[in-house]
Amino acid sequence: MITITVNGTRHELDLEPDTPLLWALRDVVGLTGTKFGCGIAQCGACTVHINGVAMRSCSVPIARLDGAAVTTIEGLSPDGKHPVQQAWLAEDVPQCGYCQSGQIMATAAFLKQNPNPTDADIDANITNICRCGTYERLRRAIHRAADLMKA
Amino acid sequence: MDGNSIVATDLSRRHFIVTLATAAGGLMIGIGATPRRAEATTVAAAPWDESAYAPNEIDAWIAINPDDSILIRYQRAEMGQGSMTAVPMMLAEELQCDWSKVRIEYASPNRNLRENKVYGDMFSNGSRSIKGSQQKVQQVGASARERLIAAAATRWNVAPQECSAANSVVTHAATGRTLRYGELAADAAKIKLDKEPAIKTPDQYTFIGKPMPRVDVVHKIDGSAKFGIDAQVPGMVFAAIIACPVPGGKLASVDESPLAGAPGIVKVVRLPDAVAVVATGSFWRAKQALAKLQPEWDVGAAGSVDSTQLSRDFRVALDGEAQMARNEGNVDAAMPGAAKTYEAVYETPYLSHSPMEPMNATVHLQPDRLDVWVGTQDALEATEAAAKYAGLSPEQVYIHNCFVGGGFGRRDANDEVAQAIAIAKVVQQPVKLVWTREEDTRHDKFRPHAVVRFKAGVGADGVPTAWSMRVVTSSILNSAGRVFPGMKGPEPMSVAGLANNGYVIPNQRIDAVIKNTHLPVWFWRAPGANQHVFAIESFLDEIATAGGLDPYQLRRKLLAGKPDWLKVLDTAAEKGDWGKPLPKGSGRGIAICEDTGSLCAQVAEVTVSPEGKVKVNRVTVALDTRYQVNPLTIAEQVEGGVIFGLSAALYGKITIKNGVPEQGNFDTYRMVRLAEAPKIDVHLVPSGGKAWGGAGEPATPPISGAVANAIFAATGKRIRTLPIIDHDLSSSSA
Repeated sequence: MITITVNGTRHELDLEPDTPLLWALRDVVGLTGTKFGCGIAQCGACTVHINGVAMRSCSVPIARLDGAAVTTIEGLSPDGKHPVQQAWLAEDVPQCGYCQSGQIMATAAFLKQNPNPTDADIDANITNICRCGTYERLRRAIHRAADLMKA
Repeated sequence: MDGNSIVATDLSRRHFIVTLATAAGGLMIGIGATPRRAEATTVAAAPWDESAYAPNEIDAWIAINPDDSILIRYQRAEMGQGSMTAVPMMLAEELQCDWSKVRIEYASPNRNLRENKVYGDMFSNGSRSIKGSQQKVQQVGASARERLIAAAATRWNVAPQECSAANSVVTHAATGRTLRYGELAADAAKIKLDKEPAIKTPDQYTFIGKPMPRVDVVHKIDGSAKFGIDAQVPGMVFAAIIACPVPGGKLASVDESPLAGAPGIVKVVRLPDAVAVVATGSFWRAKQALAKLQPEWDVGAAGSVDSTQLSRDFRVALDGEAQMARNEGNVDAAMPGAAKTYEAVYETPYLSHSPMEPMNATVHLQPDRLDVWVGTQDALEATEAAAKYAGLSPEQVYIHNCFVGGGFGRRDANDEVAQAIAIAKVVQQPVKLVWTREEDTRHDKFRPHAVVRFKAGVGADGVPTAWSMRVVTSSILNSAGRVFPGMKGPEPMSVAGLANNGYVIPNQRIDAVIKNTHLPVWFWRAPGANQHVFAIESFLDEIATAGGLDPYQLRRKLLAGKPDWLKVLDTAAEKGDWGKPLPKGSGRGIAICEDTGSLCAQVAEVTVSPEGKVKVNRVTVALDTRYQVNPLTIAEQVEGGVIFGLSAALYGKITIKNGVPEQGNFDTYRMVRLAEAPKIDVHLVPSGGKAWGGAGEPATPPISGAVANAIFAATGKRIRTLPIIDHDLSSSSA
């Protein structure tokens, strides 16, 4: 039995220990905001925060997570008003929206480490795939979120 | 009451919502829920069933509550293109309602069937969500407005002509009396108009044409938006599947013994062309179990096909029997008199759609009822297809359409629905089928492979006087089992981007040879045009540069007398700094096309490093959709369409070895990421006229030609096959 805390709530997971966190979150904990895109940590649609660090949950087996604190898109803010979410809304970023939970979680963790990112910093750190091609607005929203976090 | 009807009741839409709300720990917006943001309309994957008419309906499209909140139903599919915002905007234009109090939800395909197709067709493809809805939803909105006015006029005992409606309020001008829509809706619902009101003409629009934020964003930033893959049905089990790696092949046998004693395995399901493992608990468990099996396949002759051979066969077929698409003047007579002639062959590979949400479907099959949770581009067709697969009548089928996690044409084939139903027939409990990314890529229905041979003759001034184009490609209609009624000549997709070129060249011949293979092919964002515009716009660039002509000016000359084409061309060139100096190693390329009734021109600016690395710095786009409902979402579609086409241009290819598509995941099927995304400047130049154009597709075709032409400008190297990454562009290469 592996115990993790997800968005502040404790969950005991009775699953095969090689089960990736992604599937524990989606199929057992029941939080479907974290998305399955590739299963090999290529696309980033499954990005969550594990002990505050952005990780691609499709490639993290729960065996490594006993006692860990996980934050998903549903727990990023109590009211959907995290600066990154506000910036996403203001820039009208999502199209199909499927990758956006991961984009937002990756950005939230990134901006914590890099409060004044340059475009080059963003290029190097935000590597999630968006098949709809929302990159133009996504980049603007990252800068806007950085500004909001300073305000 | 028998067991089945209890289950059916449990699966009503309210219960589904409750399930989701509980599981997600958040609010699931459904009928009766309050929008979370006053300014935003909200949506849901909330399914509808016959027990869940909204209270206070004026008709099947609109409900107006006493508090003036308005529910508008939307009959298309939201897959990112923004029509869930734009289609209701057209209705709201006529309804004269307060947009901030509007909430939007999917219309039910089941109700559509039961109520004489009250919502009409429901597909989202061919960039037709707007133009295919415009007259109908404007009429629905206008009709409701007139009934609300009639209700107020009756209340006041005045003539309806003395009253007007604006911002969800009816006003009697003479006396200044007002009534809110919420006060009138119940009466209006009972009124039948003698005559349908005329709808507004574009010059009368006051709301259509305004940039409005998307209504779905609120749900796409906090994880609450429900996609098909997010369905959670009580008692559901999970299925992983592998179909015969050679498309079209059959399952010969599979030995289940590797799964002996494995926990949570419900069943190994054998389908004619696939094996599925069904497990309790998690999809992961099903997927891991499936990986332990080693099915034997009967792949037939297709098992020896590879890409090299396919390419050779397609090129040989260039001399085969062709169907004529367009024949003007006399190319054969004109060629001998040409000052110079050109010939070139262009080739584009198979591509996968690869939406971010892998294919999936969740079904609950009962003797007299089928519920399907899926993201589909055509919920009505999915209803009819699912009924056929399940052996039920369409009225017994409830497609609960969800947000579509990327469509691009892929999500109207229903193959995942067919599989899920086949599995459910065996396991007899609710089942969620999810494809892995590898399955999604390899069992896509691909963008066809195509070869185009061009011949052109030019006058002494270098301007073409005759040209011919011969395509070899596969039939999408054949794969789809569809027929376009009254079709003459080759199917339109096979020559799209070529036959509708806008150039005034007196002698033109465009024809196509259809060559089908074992690989299924399908509609892929801007079918045909997405590959042929690369070819024709590159070939025209060859003619221009070989003759010492400016590629932009040659296009201007060939489009003389076509003000709409010239407007998009000139806008892209001017805003894209055409002709301004660039450093060595950089270049600009231009391309233009017609697609879905719209015109799109693009100027790409690229830098090629001495090592041959291509960076697309900037893309300037001009788009003429003739009319525009929501310029914001149109601009977003342009930005996204450019990136979609750029992934294909730079990296995209599906290659075949021993009949099997080789690429499986994003490590081998590469996508443009943020760091590679160019700056995209969008200029919308609607020209009006009779027909409306589309917005979702026309920005995809020009980018590959614009980039390839820019590479030529930067390096002198001509790209005649895609993807670009396969070419050695280093300065040391020949």
